[in-house]
Amino acid sequence: MSFAWAKPYEPKHPAMRWLDSRLPLPRLIYNATGPGYPVPRNLNYWWNFGSLAGLFLMIQILTGITLAMWFYATADGAFASVEHLMRDVNAGWLIRYAHMNGASFFFIVVYIHIFRGLYFGSYKPPRELVWMLGLVIYLLMMATAFMGYVLPWGQMSYWGAQVITGFFSAFPLIGEPIRQWLLGGYAPDQAAISRFFSLHYLLPFVIAAVVILHIWALHIQGSGNPTGVDVKDEKDTVPFHPYYTAKDGWFVAAFLLAYAIVTFFAPNYLGHPDNYIQANALATPAHIVPEWYFWPFYAILKSFTVDFILPAKLWGVLAMFGSILLLFFLPWLDRSPVRSGRYRPLFRTFFLLLVVDVLVLGWAGGAAPTPFRVAIGQIAAAYYFLHFLVILPLVSKLETPLPLPMSITDSVLKPKRGSVVTAG
Amino acid sequence: MATKAKSAEVSHPTGEDGVRRRDFLNVAAVSFAGVGTVAALLPLIVQMNPPADVLALASTEVDLSKIVAGQGIKVSWRKQPVFVRNLTPKEVAEANAVSMSDLRDPQTLAERTKPGQMNWLITMGVCTHLGCVPLGIGEGENRGPYGGYFCPCHGSAYDTAARIRQGPAPTNLVVPEYKFTSPTTVEIG
Repeated sequence: MSFAWAKPYEPKHPAMRWLDSRLPLPRLIYNATGPGYPVPRNLNYWWNFGSLAGLFLMIQILTGITLAMWFYATADGAFASVEHLMRDVNAGWLIRYAHMNGASFFFIVVYIHIFRGLYFGSYKPPRELVWMLGLVIYLLMMATAFMGYVLPWGQMSYWGAQVITGFFSAFPLIGEPIRQWLLGGYAPDQAAISRFFSLHYLLPFVIAAVVILHIWALHIQGSGNPTGVDVKDEKDTVPFHPYYTAKDGWFVAAFLLAYAIVTFFAPNYLGHPDNYIQANALATPAHIVPEWYFWPFYAILKSFTVDFILPAKLWGVLAMFGSILLLFFLPWLDRSPVRSGRYRPLFRTFFLLLVVDVLVLGWAGGAAPTPFRVAIGQIAAAYYFLHFLVILPLVSKLETPLPLPMSITDSVLKPKRGSVVTAG
Repeated sequence: MATKAKSAEVSHPTGEDGVRRRDFLNVAAVSFAGVGTVAALLPLIVQMNPPADVLALASTEVDLSKIVAGQGIKVSWRKQPVFVRNLTPKEVAEANAVSMSDLRDPQTLAERTKPGQMNWLITMGVCTHLGCVPLGIGEGENRGPYGGYFCPCHGSAYDTAARIRQGPAPTNLVVPEYKFTSPTTVEIG
């Protein structure tokens, strides 16, 4: 939504006027990220991660297109082509490490972005569709990341493909035919690597398209803000440019520094050494784990060890998919009219518990399965569902929120009541 | 919208049952296009199934003469590992001593082997949980608490007849189709 006080686009140069009346592309940009888009004046640094995620999508697409110029999507040649890229191609090592770690940093950014939304109630009316489109992007990212991880055809690539397509075999009767259909064989092989490469190249562009919808839906209602209070008048906003272009720009530089440090000095820290062993269909690595960004879900999958009506394996798969699908219903699970966690003391406590819970799930997912660790993972998995399905609906009914500021401007210019009071 | 429908009614009077000829034409045209689209998508979907050359790798011959009792070998069939094991009399006895009620996927050793060849246990080397290759076929590998195979991925343990006894796997290791072509050779597939 453009507010009534949004600065209108008035091209001065005759050439721009000519273009504007035929293809108003500069107008679109002006009204989306320029002075023509008023944004709440009180956005804090948690609001920087959206544009950062967009940047990482672009980094991944650029480095990915370059990698594809050297990659052979064959079961015999893929591993060697990646090694060739790393050793012989000019700057090949850099581009590959940038892509590998770019995926990890993309997920770091997106996880912070998602938890920002969870804390400040970004999923609440009128921004439900912004939230749901974001979840679609997240699901597409997971599919893309999984298929990308298979391409180097190392041991973790191969067995990751085996295990993840094995999820589908959990479904009775139709499961195994679906698995063979996905792989194009009985086990991952030539057919699988070709189609994964094809889809790994396609999906980022699908993500880009959904990102456009995500931003479009966001701009219909305008950004939320840390108080969760609606924009009331012009005093509550500043133009996107130069205020947030500058803030986003400086934060991009700061964050890219962290990305560069890992890419240059610890490029394999987030990876797994077994993936530098070529895929071997006859020997499984001692400990199969997915990439770190899937660990919480892997922990949920591993948590089901006992058959109960359905086989344990099917429960694990259903729970894992369910843990993401339930987020689509979040706007209706949390009915509190107060958006921001700043003014919801009880919600805030449970939010922090959820963060700890997801971290515990991540640890349990990455660790080798001993009975003790599986038990911890089971408790954390149960709590995850408890949080969203029981605690959140109850909290929104029972808690008394703190008084909201009169307006965004009020909250900025007067002492911050919400953030001080929360100690009590 | 409403005015449009109204003007359409004027030029195309409805029949006795309230359905206009135009309605029928619309439904017929859209259905025809829909069926045609599905038919056109079908090849794009079925092309993803295993191709003929993959299906053609369907059989493998294994020479059993070099496998002494207590030993096993791993062979590749359909790009997947198959465990061929020559059970010792003790392992056979252990497998037969298990009560059916203790099994998650009840099967006797006799049902899992060929008549008169109860010592030759031939199973897929693919854990029925998520498809890892269990340990225990190689010399000195961990055979798990039930003395058969042990999957390191999520801790599924199989007994000497490769039946699931502990852990998340739902069923026994699959016995592929095979036949003895001579007393010392089998053809898998």
